[in-house]
Amino acid sequence: MNEPILPNSFRQGPDARGHFGNYGGRFVAETLMPLILDLEKAYEAAKADPAFAAEIASLHTHYVGRPSPLYFAERLTEHCGGAKIYFKRDELNHTGAHKINNVLGQILLAMRMGKTRIIAETGAGQHGVATATACARFGLPCVVYMGAVDVERQKPNVFRMKMLGAEVVPVQSGARTLKDAMNEALRDWVTNVDDTFYCIGTAAGPHPYPAMVRDFQSIIGTETRAQMQEREGRLPDSLVACIGGGSNAIGLFHPFLDDPGIEIFGVEAAGHGIDTKAHAASLAGGKPGVLHGNRTYLLMDDDGQIEEGHSISAGLDYPGIGPEHSWLKDMGRVTYLSATDKGALDAFQLCCRLEGIIPALEPAHALSAVLELAPKRPRDHLMVMNMCGRGDKDIFTVADHLGGM
Amino acid sequence: MTARMTARFADLKRQNRAGLVTFITAGDPDDRTSAAVLRALPEAGADVIELGMPFTDPMADGPTIQAAALRALKAGHRLSKTLAMVRDFRAGDDATPIVLMGYYNPIYVYGVDRFLADAKAAGVDGLIVVDLPPEEDRELCIPALEAGLNFIRLATPTTDDARLPAVLQNTSGFVYYVSVNGITGSAIPDYSRVASSVQRIKRHTDLPIAVGFGVKTPEGAAEVAAHADAVVVGTALIDVLARSLDAGHATPTTVDAVRGFVEGLARGVRSAKRPAPAAQEDRP
Repeated sequence: MNEPILPNSFRQGPDARGHFGNYGGRFVAETLMPLILDLEKAYEAAKADPAFAAEIASLHTHYVGRPSPLYFAERLTEHCGGAKIYFKRDELNHTGAHKINNVLGQILLAMRMGKTRIIAETGAGQHGVATATACARFGLPCVVYMGAVDVERQKPNVFRMKMLGAEVVPVQSGARTLKDAMNEALRDWVTNVDDTFYCIGTAAGPHPYPAMVRDFQSIIGTETRAQMQEREGRLPDSLVACIGGGSNAIGLFHPFLDDPGIEIFGVEAAGHGIDTKAHAASLAGGKPGVLHGNRTYLLMDDDGQIEEGHSISAGLDYPGIGPEHSWLKDMGRVTYLSATDKGALDAFQLCCRLEGIIPALEPAHALSAVLELAPKRPRDHLMVMNMCGRGDKDIFTVADHLGGM
Repeated sequence: MTARMTARFADLKRQNRAGLVTFITAGDPDDRTSAAVLRALPEAGADVIELGMPFTDPMADGPTIQAAALRALKAGHRLSKTLAMVRDFRAGDDATPIVLMGYYNPIYVYGVDRFLADAKAAGVDGLIVVDLPPEEDRELCIPALEAGLNFIRLATPTTDDARLPAVLQNTSGFVYYVSVNGITGSAIPDYSRVASSVQRIKRHTDLPIAVGFGVKTPEGAAEVAAHADAVVVGTALIDVLARSLDAGHATPTTVDAVRGFVEGLARGVRSAKRPAPAAQEDRP
């Protein structure tokens, strides 16, 4: 986050009102408005306090296991016959995904604010597990809202959260998936305003969440810059990351947005295909609207009613996306692609066999795009993909789709 | 203020009683029944009507109102039909103010300018849009005021004295005081705090104060009516409507069930013990 600020920077947002161009903002009920203003003030103060950064850095080193390696995927590179492919190994973090980067920042902030109860929403369960973990570490009660459908399909993570002492509340309202879990978490927050901190899992929601979560996740891109300099003596040529809400992607991308030579690709979940109704690609198949506190691209009908996203990956099937991605799409700085369920499953298997890494289904979408992009690029092209989560949680889903293997 | 809203609150003041504001969700459980319920509300004693614009993801509402919205949407309701419902209602009632209440996304997708023009033409008096705080006034609040519609803001227990002026600045019609932190229908309000809360807001504004969230009975309505300029009842009314349904569909008892419940609330509001008008004028 200490990069020089260049003219015409893509890294200046949001403005004082929380807008990235036309996106972002603070579209919340009045009850929450004072809380969000407090949070913004507390976050600005924490950012300016070296002790806060030092505390996060220490936890990264000794608790999370950062820096995560930048790994040269040699056999995958051979297989593709083009770009030199690196994985940023955020799946090796404690709790198995990038989510912990953000959660530790927010929990430390919650404690600075004197909050004594933590709530979170979760889809695949990775953010829920990370939040339950940090709450256990710091002795805070934790309530995780999870759509009842997701509770069913992500059982291992439900057990993990419970082991860690969190209360998991299956959400029965609406479509009973991630967006409903977020509705329910917001309802809890509106009801328990005095003592509760809402730990949002992705770079979305009302300002300051999108900027704050991005800042906490930017450690991914910051490390990648330094590691690639060390390995190859220069910066990478392209970056690839999957996008649900988009926190792992913005974390990798943000430190590189002002390096004009670097191609940046975000990969949305195309489910059964963008031309079907069953996908979760808000940018490719949605349009701008307002939900969960921000304006951003959304999947919705022509009456403004929110539609369900579909993806084989429970972490990607959110009908919206972080507002900064919406802006970066409109600006043309990031190219947004998509990968289908089938593409992700194929990439998942290939990664297991060629690299001995079982990826989560979320980064398997990014890998599917890498398999398309890498062969078309020269051998001296350096491509970094964020391996943002490990696939232990997904083995049953994958087995179901592959007919029990 | 629209002429209807001004006239209605002036009339309530002359009668020295609080108004009854009733909430229903447009199109719940179907357009035809919902239109009949809407017509029955003023007959039963409602003074102002809040008409919910259904939205799939009503973050500030409890399960009762979300279920009502989903019933309406499932039956094919949409924002253009809400506006048509108001237009039809106005053919028979040009006195009862109607406030549309909901979330921003359907309005944003409909188009703000087109929505305001159509709402005004249909006979809408005001808007309550839950997810548009003063910080986003440029989106809809300012254009609505320019279009001659009231923009009614929610004030809550978290809205402290420092923030109240900002909340009230572009508010018109009335102020909707949400008496508890939480979602609609979630808790029983502490009636002893209603009086002091209303007085607190009145120190900052001359607008009428309507109090809602948690009023479920005629007795509760009377308690709130003793201190507020209007009493809002929503979830309890939707509960009555929902109980009259058969597998989500209207039955012959649906309209009468709502009518009977509203008549009880209206009696409650009218039975409230209030200070004499002169004393009420004598505010700090």
